[in-house]
Amino acid sequence: MIWETVRLSLRSIRRNVLRSFLTLLGIVIGVAAVIAMLTIGSGTTAKVKSDIAKLGSNLLVVRPGRPASTGGPGGLDQAVRPLADKDVAALVAHLTGARAIAPASQKQVRVIFGTESLTSGVTGTDSAYLDARDWKLVSGRPFSDSETRSGTGVCLIGETVRQQFFGAGEPDGEIIRVNRTSCKIIGLLEPKGYTGFGQDQDNVVLMPLAAYQRRIAGNRDIDNIYVAADDRTPTTELQPRVEDILRDTRRITPDREDDFSIRDMTQIADAMASATTTMTGMLGAVAGVSLLVGGIGIMNIMLVSVTERTREIGIRLAIGAHEKHILIQFLVEATVLSLLGGIIGILIGLALAGLASAALTIPFAPSPAVILLAVGFSALIGMVFGFFPALRGARLDPIDALRHE
Amino acid sequence: MAANAALIGFDTVWKSYGQGEAKVHALAGVDLAIQRGEFVAIMGPSGSGKSTAMNIIGCLDTPTAGTYSFMGIDAGRLDRNRRALLRNLYIGFVFQGYNLLPRTTAAENVELPLIYRGAPARERRDLAMQALAEVGLVGREHHTPAELSGGQQQRVAIARAIVTRPTLLVADEPTGNLDTARTHEIMELLTRLNRDLGLTIAMVTHEADVADYAERTIRFLDGHVASDSSKLEVA
Repeated sequence: MIWETVRLSLRSIRRNVLRSFLTLLGIVIGVAAVIAMLTIGSGTTAKVKSDIAKLGSNLLVVRPGRPASTGGPGGLDQAVRPLADKDVAALVAHLTGARAIAPASQKQVRVIFGTESLTSGVTGTDSAYLDARDWKLVSGRPFSDSETRSGTGVCLIGETVRQQFFGAGEPDGEIIRVNRTSCKIIGLLEPKGYTGFGQDQDNVVLMPLAAYQRRIAGNRDIDNIYVAADDRTPTTELQPRVEDILRDTRRITPDREDDFSIRDMTQIADAMASATTTMTGMLGAVAGVSLLVGGIGIMNIMLVSVTERTREIGIRLAIGAHEKHILIQFLVEATVLSLLGGIIGILIGLALAGLASAALTIPFAPSPAVILLAVGFSALIGMVFGFFPALRGARLDPIDALRHE
Repeated sequence: MAANAALIGFDTVWKSYGQGEAKVHALAGVDLAIQRGEFVAIMGPSGSGKSTAMNIIGCLDTPTAGTYSFMGIDAGRLDRNRRALLRNLYIGFVFQGYNLLPRTTAAENVELPLIYRGAPARERRDLAMQALAEVGLVGREHHTPAELSGGQQQRVAIARAIVTRPTLLVADEPTGNLDTARTHEIMELLTRLNRDLGLTIAMVTHEADVADYAERTIRFLDGHVASDSSKLEVA
């Protein structure tokens, strides 16, 4: 019986192809918009999360200067006291629960090889940096302890730098010029790609901190200290320990605020992910409104259909159709119609999301739950908006309906 | 009057429309009985109440006052879904305009009442083929109404009406859209169904020669039965 009804409704949909298509369009656009939004949204969230993870997971970053969140004039009333070697030494000596502690200073510097040149982010650091930032070498080796200590002119380069200078060639052992100093390449860093903010993470040159300080920065300041928590220690637990040790070595009396800030990359990742999720939800809701409009379209066309087929309803009632038979017939028709629209919409939405993902270089992350929900929701729209027209058909008086021209 | 034994019984049936001054009585206290197996023609000018009477006989409508009994059931007091069931089980309809579903094959049109009985597809097909054979439409089963002549369409409608083996066939001007030759064919068919299947037929017509096929003619005028004559009495 239900199968009969579905077949019947498919036939009546086919009978008015153009009209059915136009009716579907509302649902198609609505569902496609929702699916595309949610899929692109979850791709973006995944992208943001992985970007932050690329900075290193469970990472704390210490910077000089008062935390921005405490407000006030910040560094204006006093010069920012930079981080120093002894701060790093104190952390290495006293901090528990850390996997790696690495100082880093960086600057945009012109790098030259042969006739090619490139402005690159040059970072002075030590061998713990790779560990702290979960960064691996594709080839070569990290700095040795003696190179770090003596500040030898050796460097590790990122993928972008390699491409610019060497194309398909092998960079290891070549000498590049960084600023006015020369530097021997000893390793190639694994590519990390762009951040969500469009920054190329592979356009980098790493060199020993001492070499950087002496030959490029011209001072002994440290811009950041990266502290990576070990697997058993959450960053929220590690952060106060880092703070205590630094307050101690930097001799900050209890009545004064920190003159450094500690950023928890995990928290930033979570905050950014939840921001994108909220954004996605909002866009999805806006797209959902178009589904409502599509539903009203279905209601409209079903009312037309019932009116048009008044005589048919009259015949069916006369030969013994129960009210519920007519009701079901039109309900099924509306549901099949909007379900069809939903399925087409899902396909279009996924295609759009696929294209957008490729264009924005974010992962294509279709969610089965969202797709199922869209299918269910479009069926529901058909039922809800088809109910009133169907009821109107079912309540027709057979005598009047038969007389209808 | 043996109204209880009759298939159809009108006991002072009134049917009124409108309110107060504008109130119109389509039927004004009609008494009528039709026995099983009768072939009755119902005649009368428009506005005489014959259509209203037919709607009540076909359980499509209910009296405003009085009692309408069908097969001993007080059909005038049933709700619309129960009357739908009654129509589906015991009554077949043939209309002047054929009233077939457009773009639907003859066989599917004939199957329609069986669908509402919940009959399985195979049984429906077999019964529909059989009914189409009975009205002489073998080979036309898969034609749509648009591909059939008026006479053929009316045969499909008759097949649809008899496929459920009803007790009563209600025919409303069944030959109204047909030429003389086709009219003759359709009336022969109805007569044969009445005779061979024992089908009770109530037929509205305004043509005397069509009414002649019936054994009995009831004339309505101003909501009353003006005359009720049987061929046997005349003879």
